[in-house]
Amino acid sequence: MNFYAVKAIYRFEMTRMFRTVVQSIIAPVLSTSLYFVIFGSAIGSRITEIDGVSYGSFIVPGLIMLSIMTESISNSSFAIYFPKFTGTIFELLSAPVSYGEVLLGYVGAAASKSVIIGTIILTTASFFVDIEIAHPLVMIWFLLLTCVSFCLFGFILGIWATGWEKLTIVPVLVIMPLTFLGGTFYSISMLPPVWQTISLFNPVVYLISGFRWSFYENADVSVGLSLGITVGFLVVCLLIVRWIFKTGYRLRG
Amino acid sequence: MISIKGLTKTYAGGFHALKNINLEIRRGEIFALLGPNGAGKTTLINAVCGIVTPTSGVVLVDGYDITKDYRRTRGRIGLVPQELTSESFETVWNTCEFSRGLFGKSANPEHLETVLRSLSLWNKKDTISMQLSGGMKRRVLIAKALSHEPEVLFLDEPTAGVDVELRQDMWNVVSALREKGVTVILTTHYIEEAEQLADRVGVINHGEIILVEDKDKLMRELGKKQLVLNLQTPLAGVPSQLADYQLELSEDGQELTYTYDTMRKSTGITALLGDLRAADIHFSELHTSQSSLEDIFVDLVKKSP
Repeated sequence: MNFYAVKAIYRFEMTRMFRTVVQSIIAPVLSTSLYFVIFGSAIGSRITEIDGVSYGSFIVPGLIMLSIMTESISNSSFAIYFPKFTGTIFELLSAPVSYGEVLLGYVGAAASKSVIIGTIILTTASFFVDIEIAHPLVMIWFLLLTCVSFCLFGFILGIWATGWEKLTIVPVLVIMPLTFLGGTFYSISMLPPVWQTISLFNPVVYLISGFRWSFYENADVSVGLSLGITVGFLVVCLLIVRWIFKTGYRLRG
Repeated sequence: MISIKGLTKTYAGGFHALKNINLEIRRGEIFALLGPNGAGKTTLINAVCGIVTPTSGVVLVDGYDITKDYRRTRGRIGLVPQELTSESFETVWNTCEFSRGLFGKSANPEHLETVLRSLSLWNKKDTISMQLSGGMKRRVLIAKALSHEPEVLFLDEPTAGVDVELRQDMWNVVSALREKGVTVILTTHYIEEAEQLADRVGVINHGEIILVEDKDKLMRELGKKQLVLNLQTPLAGVPSQLADYQLELSEDGQELTYTYDTMRKSTGITALLGDLRAADIHFSELHTSQSSLEDIFVDLVKKSP
């Protein structure tokens, strides 16, 4: 294993995060904190409890998911797209590194950033609303799985994208609506039956539901199914990345 | 050091960038790969370095296959690309350190310092790449390629668009690398550069290697020597008694040019001068000239199909 290469990529990417700390950390934390202030403290105080949990507390897992999903995609897609855009990707392609090592470096760094952001948001949320974590290990497991899966998804997006517009189109037009409609701000049991059924086709519902269960032990779908869908998404992303490296899709001529 | 056998590359659109390339690069030599734009120079380099996937053929670097033993082959190679790319927001030091790590080497600040000093980059080590001039960025690319101490260095148009000072620095670096036993493969548009540095020259055109030759031998065998005579009185035409010499007369009739083969036992100059005197043709001045590698290259490319 080329340990030095993994370390070099990881360090390089983490340095980029600390260099752009406002954009990488402060911005997502601030915007999520605003959600807590508005929906949690201001409006939330006038909304009744959901499944025995105050509205402010109820939205915390969903907001953490919303933030780490968008940040994971953004971090890893940019990390691989930028060298493609500037042309410095030649060095990575000509280096003695396997695709597993490239993934460890880039996805590892992007996932680390997402975990840091998730942890900061969770800590910030605790200043605004009451939070209890019923199953901390399950919570950490869901957090890590989601970060890694969506970083892999972002990595695929970064390789697929041939322009800046394509890079932003999927997070804005696909991920954001799926997250908002995936139960970030509500329980899908609050929806009419037809919309409940339609919501079950949204994979984000399972991620948020499972993550929320680890906090308050209430979920829209079974936690086993949530875990299965998350792992399934991770496996699909890994298979796509494997195919990309094997064929050189949009990387090698 | 590098053995290329039957290498072909056909792109998805059907364009044949490389056609059955066979080439041996010797250890420690400086090999200049010449060719017009679009001839396949960069594709050939990219195929050896792993950036382009060959359609067929075998490439061995130090006896290792570039596909099966890619770690061993790529770790031995350094590449300076033609495009001026840089990690815009990184310092020179960080970007070189990154390159060294990427190629599987532990940190070695002493080596990086030596490389940066040799390229006159030491005082720019903490400067962000985007703040550097084009020439400086080119130096950084060279420093990055040398950061992991490669045994083979590919320089793809390394002095394109750089000033005279950098070109001289570059030549010094290449000469120093040769002394250390590094194999250098150089593509360039400046034939003067190949003439100055190369041990052997390869010419590629339309994806095919049309010639590989020792540079000195090439210049000796394919180079022409010419004797130019400035006449005292202009001529209307070349006299018939001098037809055997195949002389060329300038448009104004003032200059006679005789092209001769340096490999022949007799150049025919003595006989020509005697025949000129006999024809009552006098000259005020004479000089000789030898064709450059550029002339040879242009001739070869024109003749290739």
